[in-house]
Amino acid sequence: MSEEQIKNLEEQFEERIARDEKIEPKDWMPEKYRQTHIRQISQHAHSEIVGMLPEGNWITRAPSLRRKVALLAKVQDEAGHGLYLYSACETLGISRDELYEQLHSGKAKYSSIFNYPTVTWADMGAIGWLVDGAAIINQVPLCSTSFGPYARAMVRVCKEESFHQRQGYEIMLKLCNGTPEQKEMAQDALNRWWWPSLMMLGPTDDMSVHTEQSMKWKLKRKTNDELRQQFIDQTVPQADILGLTIPDPDLKWNEERQSYDFGEIDWDEFWQVVKGHGPMNKARMKARVGAWERGEWVRDAAMAHAEKQQERKNKQVV
Amino acid sequence: MKNKNLYNYILGIADNSLILGQRLGELCGHGPSLETDIACTNMSLDLLGQVRSYYQYAAKIAGDGRTEDDIAMLRKEREYFNVLLVEQPNTDFGYTMARQFLFDVYHFLMLTELEKSTDLNLSAIAKKSIKEVSYHKRFSSDWIKRLGDGTEESHSRIQTAINDLWTYTDELFHQTEADKAMVAEGVGVDVTKLKDAYYEEVNAVLEEATLSVPESKYFQKGGKQGIHTEHMGYLLADLQYMQRTYPNMEW
Repeated sequence: MSEEQIKNLEEQFEERIARDEKIEPKDWMPEKYRQTHIRQISQHAHSEIVGMLPEGNWITRAPSLRRKVALLAKVQDEAGHGLYLYSACETLGISRDELYEQLHSGKAKYSSIFNYPTVTWADMGAIGWLVDGAAIINQVPLCSTSFGPYARAMVRVCKEESFHQRQGYEIMLKLCNGTPEQKEMAQDALNRWWWPSLMMLGPTDDMSVHTEQSMKWKLKRKTNDELRQQFIDQTVPQADILGLTIPDPDLKWNEERQSYDFGEIDWDEFWQVVKGHGPMNKARMKARVGAWERGEWVRDAAMAHAEKQQERKNKQVV
Repeated sequence: MKNKNLYNYILGIADNSLILGQRLGELCGHGPSLETDIACTNMSLDLLGQVRSYYQYAAKIAGDGRTEDDIAMLRKEREYFNVLLVEQPNTDFGYTMARQFLFDVYHFLMLTELEKSTDLNLSAIAKKSIKEVSYHKRFSSDWIKRLGDGTEESHSRIQTAINDLWTYTDELFHQTEADKAMVAEGVGVDVTKLKDAYYEEVNAVLEEATLSVPESKYFQKGGKQGIHTEHMGYLLADLQYMQRTYPNMEW
């Protein structure tokens, strides 16, 4: 293909996106579009899978049968999200095994929030309320992103995430209406998850490397700072209802902006965790790689059995 | 308690599902593939759902203000009546599937009979559960066949797991005092009558999986009397952690 032809295709492609048409896997797409989507969708899928670990940590210790069942179902939903996000990613011409390999080698990233430990039951509430809350803010705009399989997957993901968020908030509410000890547990969880949740919405706009291109392809509709502001404005009144204090002395309603002003985020901590030195980075990777390696003989067996079955079938046909 | 036998009988059934559900719950996020991970979580969810129905019913019978969670999480180890099989650890995926399979075949046969119980509550729980357990049995049987007929390594691993867990199968068919009383009333299932059908079905799957049926005639028992293996205490430490650390709170 000549350079001119490619340029032509690219122009048509950008026009289709501008018209809000969906791009489907078999359509022509610029290589950069493909790579960017593989990166983002797989990063999202990895986050779901690694995100199972901090909450999985409390399944055996959930305080009641009802909570145990709800938590199991939630973590299972995350596995389901991982499954269809990996499938959406595979339509771009990469296999799930290759994607795992990228995760395990550290080449692919996942959401840094999961590199924090879950140390009390209240963390199950805080994660649902704050982490899933921030995730929804990130993800709702993706329901109308340009790449069809991703957009469709996100519609389902968002529905379930919104259920998870309510479930998390309900855990917090129960704690806050409980004994002083329970309320203290809830406050402690908020203290530990608040700032990492704000960081979850990504570096500030001047530091963000992917924003401009992503806006054009509708992988992003708002900037990180806009999303963060939206999250804070939405969450502060919820904390008020719980009777909990947001751990930010600089948090203040700004009458003029009709928005909350807030304190400085510790970006050194953010980059430390992103670069692999958060409290749980190594443990999370060890758990993922360990599960994968321990499962190898099982996957091999399933393949071998399927091949034998096929051979038997072929023989019968002959 | 007026209905002590019925209460104990329900616990005998429910504790199996609770402990197995707890074991499966440990695996969530650590499976050999996403698909098996989801399936094991699903079985855990089914079992714990059944547990809730049984314990809610047991709590009503006990009538002393205890809730399903008190019954699930605040008994002493000696007061849990599950069979030893279900408390065995998730040594590897082979052990997990072998434990599941050896229990599922029994569970399905038992529920089929329990559905005929004159106790309408138990009959209704059985009716609902049997659909779920029929899926569990298909899943675990398929994996026994896959692993047995897969690679040399998988064959050897699943054979080892079956051999090791075999010693816990006989206990499934022991009758407790509560069993006997409930059978006499038409409420309970006579588990002794399930034994032949059980081994027939298990052996058939093992054969199809190219595995050998263990020949050992030495069996372990005790779970139904609350005498457990050394694994049980640690499992309960996890299960009971919150209720023991923060007594009398609602979650």
